[in-house]
Amino acid sequence: MSTQVPEQVEDESSAESVSPGKQKRDAKKRERAERLQEQREAEAAEKARTADDTYHLKVFRYDPEVEGKQEPRFDDFYVPYKQGMTVLDALMWARDHYDSSLTFRHSCRQAICGSDALFVNGSQRLGCKTQLSDLSEPVRVEPLPHADVVKDLVVDMEHFYDQMEAVEPYFQTNSLPAEDEEQRQTRENREKVKMSTRCIWCSACMSSCNIAAGDNEYLGPAAINKAYRFAMDEREGEDMKQRRLEILEQEHGVWRCQTQFSCTEVCPKDIPLTEHIQELKREAIKNNLKFW
Amino acid sequence: MYEHDVIVVGAGGAGLRAAIAAHEEGADVAIVSKLHPVRSHTGAAEGGINAALREGDSWEDHAYDTMKGSDYLGDAPAVETLCKDSPKETIQLEHWGMAFSRDDDGRVSQRPFGGLSFPRTTYAGAETGHQLLHTMYEQLVKRGIKVYDEWHVTRLAVSDEDDPEDRTCHGIVAYDVQTGKIEGFRARNGVILATGGLGQVYDHTTNAVANTGDGVAMAYRAGAPIEDMEFIQFHPTTLPSTGVLITEGVRGEGGILYNKHGERFMFEYGYANNLGELASRDVVSRAELTEVNEGRGIEDEYVHLDMRHLGEERIVDRLENIIHLSEDFEGVNPLEAPMPVKPGQHYAMGGVETDENGETCITGLYAAGECACASVHGGNRLGGNALPELIVFGKRAGHHAAGKDMKDAEITTGKVGDYEPADVESPVQLGEAGLGGDAVADGGATADLSGDEVVQRALDDERETIEHLLEKEDGIQHAEIRERVQKSMTEHVNVFREEEALKDALRDIREARELYQDVYVADKSRTFNTDLLQTLETRNILDIAESITVGALARNEFRGAHWRKEYQERRDEEWLKHTMLSWNDGEPELWYKPVILEGENKTYEPKIRSY
Repeated sequence: MSTQVPEQVEDESSAESVSPGKQKRDAKKRERAERLQEQREAEAAEKARTADDTYHLKVFRYDPEVEGKQEPRFDDFYVPYKQGMTVLDALMWARDHYDSSLTFRHSCRQAICGSDALFVNGSQRLGCKTQLSDLSEPVRVEPLPHADVVKDLVVDMEHFYDQMEAVEPYFQTNSLPAEDEEQRQTRENREKVKMSTRCIWCSACMSSCNIAAGDNEYLGPAAINKAYRFAMDEREGEDMKQRRLEILEQEHGVWRCQTQFSCTEVCPKDIPLTEHIQELKREAIKNNLKFW
Repeated sequence: MYEHDVIVVGAGGAGLRAAIAAHEEGADVAIVSKLHPVRSHTGAAEGGINAALREGDSWEDHAYDTMKGSDYLGDAPAVETLCKDSPKETIQLEHWGMAFSRDDDGRVSQRPFGGLSFPRTTYAGAETGHQLLHTMYEQLVKRGIKVYDEWHVTRLAVSDEDDPEDRTCHGIVAYDVQTGKIEGFRARNGVILATGGLGQVYDHTTNAVANTGDGVAMAYRAGAPIEDMEFIQFHPTTLPSTGVLITEGVRGEGGILYNKHGERFMFEYGYANNLGELASRDVVSRAELTEVNEGRGIEDEYVHLDMRHLGEERIVDRLENIIHLSEDFEGVNPLEAPMPVKPGQHYAMGGVETDENGETCITGLYAAGECACASVHGGNRLGGNALPELIVFGKRAGHHAAGKDMKDAEITTGKVGDYEPADVESPVQLGEAGLGGDAVADGGATADLSGDEVVQRALDDERETIEHLLEKEDGIQHAEIRERVQKSMTEHVNVFREEEALKDALRDIREARELYQDVYVADKSRTFNTDLLQTLETRNILDIAESITVGALARNEFRGAHWRKEYQERRDEEWLKHTMLSWNDGEPELWYKPVILEGENKTYEPKIRSY
């Protein structure tokens, strides 16, 4: 594009040696960057010291390959508070202003991607949905318990995904209408499965569950809820329901649940997980009675 | 080196649909995505899927509404493809078990949406995207399709003939976030970009942190033209403190907008005398900001969206999610008080130039979904038209890449036929600042190489770039550069655009580019290094921000979402054409191609777009 350039810009890529002009510009740029950096750090430190409304976070740190972080530790961050600030906002602020190596998963910021389930002041919560103002200080932020820590607040999700995928987590039916026609579903039935379809795979429930902590093969609340979502969907039909109950009745299935309600308490989408598991137990019993 | 027939980059709605389609055609397909599929931002879509399913509606009416909504910058063959295929693809989702909201007769519900002449927006509460994303991921699991999740794709492996139309895409280079490995992926048939939005170019956006325009920027640097980048949709109802989206469904169900005097301004001040709150999104966004600018906003920042009169039962039935969002992210219970709302960046109408089969001008390179521009949205996207775009064009791209025999496209790609070279008056040098290395065309050095060798070469280059970032001991950090660009874009390239402000933005972007030459990554760890990941994303943000601003400066008219202070009219005699940018030796080159208004059975004559 023939852009209008007010000053002659040197062709930097073709210069064999670095021109004095470029050296000067580079030096200026470095200076500017350093100045900015210093200014920013000073401002941040000043703000943190003086502001009354600063939140004190204690954040778990670990990195298997960085000296000084191989032994887990807690770092203190003082974050200036703004109205409506969440734990995730505070972590992002700390990362962008104090320590760019502070590591956590996050994406949507609105409780739908399920990336930022954390252990905050001793319970499983989504960072983006947890207001700082609801927490007592110092706010302790740790990775989810009962999962391997990859780095800082990031845990290995593989086991959770494996369990989710172990329950045939996809719609199955033997009879579909023509390709231009939908299956019918009553409003009541859609309502019945609605809460179960809200799961965002954050794994807060799995992390909170004592049974899952002790039995690595236990399907866990999220996977059972996923199975519930299909077992209760009238569009799948009775044959499929039978098959789903068989999967759920296995040794590490619904019967492991001891109805402690910890999963239900921590679910950020308010899914009645324990009730769903109990209902499946009842269905399984009814189902078995049929053959007696 | 990994190897597959088809590689899909991104695992949101378009990526998943493309992968399923390629798999259906028997291809060995894999998805490479920086997020696990269920984390994709498709999940945040609330409103619905437009599909002409019912008696009294037709794909022709849907196409007419879409062309009008696009302000006659949509290409008719793409728009008609969308509207014809959407009903079948929507029903396909239902057959895969998606939990749509239902009518009393058990059929899927539909509701009115802005700019539609028929209530054709199919939905699942106010969480349609979540339901769609999870339903398609379930189908992926069912088919056992391979996903490389938390692998960030950094570069396309494209041969470097002089003309992009002669180039071939042989694969990608990706960085495994968990382990720090950088690997080449060979794609025997093709690469499909489905990387979604670019909202992180702005600081007030409904988009996720991950939406950094990676696919658009990578394709651009590989030589694929990008189209209509200046057309950014600002959604009229986002929560002021976070940018969280409040669905248009609220207005579709009857929600009302008020200014601080309690006036229903859409009517009182004549912004849209017929449709009021349900006018097209750009119209409502400008109306809100005009209210604020003229002193009728609340706290000089926002307006009120009130849905209390709908009654709790109806709200809980159809919009329950909105109660949670408003409470959790703004502290307002919408059953008791009106919600504060203001416009926020929401959607990019532009993107990588494709035809209606998702193909770019580079052989073997495809794009689908928000990162692509076919163009179905033209100057403005209608609510409920993004999700059908994902399933319709995701599927087509997947089929085409897998080798399915498809009808030749009517839309041309690349500089062929009737194109027009152009200039833009920039106050600063555009393009790469000094540090090169991204321009693919370096004299045809890889034109004669095999596909494997092209991938290897791209891999070597990328390793060098990343090693450099990690080895550098000091400099500036990405967060600072990113923040500058975001602030400048929000200030200068927002809903209202003026020539001088646009030039200021170009100056700011230039300065940010120069700073980026000195960028370094403080975290030296190879394990889950998000510092590095964000530094790489910031490079994309720079190219995207510049392309949006160049397009906005070039287009001296007011069309769709693009408003120019100096030019208050749509100028059809001059501007029934797409703004195209090609990356040429590290610099953007501007050109235009005509819009296609000729449909299958009729020509869409531009009319005044009033609501």
